[in-house]
This record gives sequence, C-alpha cells and structure tokens, in this order.
Amino acid sequence: MAPVATTFFFYFLSALTVLSGVLVITRKNPVHSALALIMSLLGQAALYLMLYAPFVAGVQIILYAGGIMVLFLFVIMLVNIEKSQKEEQFNKQWLVGLAAAIALGALFVFVYAKGRGLFPDRAVQMPEQSNTQQVAVLLYGNYMFAFEIASLLLLVAVIGAVVMAKKRI
Amino acid sequence: MAPISTLHYLVVAAALFVLGVIGVLTRRNVVIVLMSIELILNAVNLNLVAFSRIWGLHGQVFAIFVITDAAAEAAVGLGILIAFFRNKETVNVDEIDLLKW
Repeated sequence: MAPVATTFFFYFLSALTVLSGVLVITRKNPVHSALALIMSLLGQAALYLMLYAPFVAGVQIILYAGGIMVLFLFVIMLVNIEKSQKEEQFNKQWLVGLAAAIALGALFVFVYAKGRGLFPDRAVQMPEQSNTQQVAVLLYGNYMFAFEIASLLLLVAVIGAVVMAKKRI
Repeated sequence: MAPISTLHYLVVAAALFVLGVIGVLTRRNVVIVLMSIELILNAVNLNLVAFSRIWGLHGQVFAIFVITDAAAEAAVGLGILIAFFRNKETVNVDEIDLLKW
C-alpha cells in the first residue's frame, strides 16, 4: 500500500516522541515519567512502522511498552516515592552534566550538517508482508549464534534479578 | 515540504539520545536514570531501523538484540535498586556510596 501523508505523520510522531522524552526527564513523580516514557515508546513504534519494520514495531510495543514498563511501575510501587519527591530532584553537578550533553548535541549537529550527503536516500522498497519471515530467516540463519548468546544473556539476567531481589543476599 | 529522508530519522534519534544523556547526568532518582538509559537505547534502535531501510534487514535484527539487552539490563538494574532500597531506604544516586571511603 502506498504511504499516505508521510510528512505529517513523521513530524507528528517525532514531536510526540521527543516531547514525551522531555517529560520523562523533567517530571518529579516517577509514575508520570513512566507514563510519558510509554507515550514515547509508542510513538517510536509508529515510526518503526513508517520505516517498514512492522516486526520491530510489534516487539517494541509488546516487550517495551508491555513488559519493561510494567517492571518499572512495579518497582516504583515498591520503593517509597513520597519521600524522594520532597527532595531535590537534580544532583549537584547538574550544570556540568547539562553542558556535557549540550556539547554532545552540538557534535551531532556538526556531524549531520557536515555529512549530509553521506546518508543515501535510495530507500529500498521492502515488502512488508514478508518482513517477519525475512527477519526470522536472518535471526535463525546468519545470527543463530548471537541468538543463542542472547538467550543465555536473558537466563543470566533472570538469575541475577532473582538473586538481587532476595531477602538476604 | 521535502520528503522524509534518512537524515530526518537520525535527527530525531539524536534528540532522544541527548535527552537520555541529560537525564542520566542530572537526575538523582535511580528509577528515572534507568528510564533515561531506556531512552538512549531506543535512540540507537531508531538509528538502526532507519539505516535498515537502506542497507537491508540486518539493522532490524540488531534492533531486536538491543531490545533483548534492554530487557536484561532493566531487570538486573531494578533488582539492584530493590536490594539497595532495602538496605538504605533511599533511591538517590548520590547517596549510593557504599564502596567509597
């Protein structure tokens, strides 16, 4: 299907994503930050759809907005947020940190302004119907070993999380 | 208006990356620092998927690996946070100084 109103949707979704990102790092209440992060992740999932990556978009929604964010909200529920909300939200070296981040942003601007021609725009027309199939072929073909390592990593993470959250370490 | 090029997506990803870096460097609450790390990983994912439109599907596969890493990191990080909160009753980064002398 030919894309409709691509320009409008791109600017709308990127504005949603970036503004929610700003909310994530400025809100006092961690629950508000988590909700803003969910909005940002959903906007990014829609951007993936615009880039002809429906499988990654689905994984993003199911794993990030569904799984990881529930984990975050659980932990926010377990820790005491009333006390931390009354305290100072930004640490002492916030000015230096902000300057460093702005320097990084200036570096990005410089690189992208200089290397504008380096990023070609011959967008391959990808068949979205068989996207999942092709990703699976790559995942179980070229990247079989990396896939197994990733499963091992998840096992280690599960054991680590259980050990960390035990009553007596 | 100009058609949406790869560079547009790269600029959005760079903005998200810088936001995540600001969050990591300036916030005190560990939960929000972890959320900022998620923002950074997502910016990388957006870059990978944007380039996969040009150079084939390998970027999307790598984005899936990055999501796996993010899940593992969030689980272990939040587990550490719970263990720490049980011991010191605080979630502030600058009070996590058990290994300093």
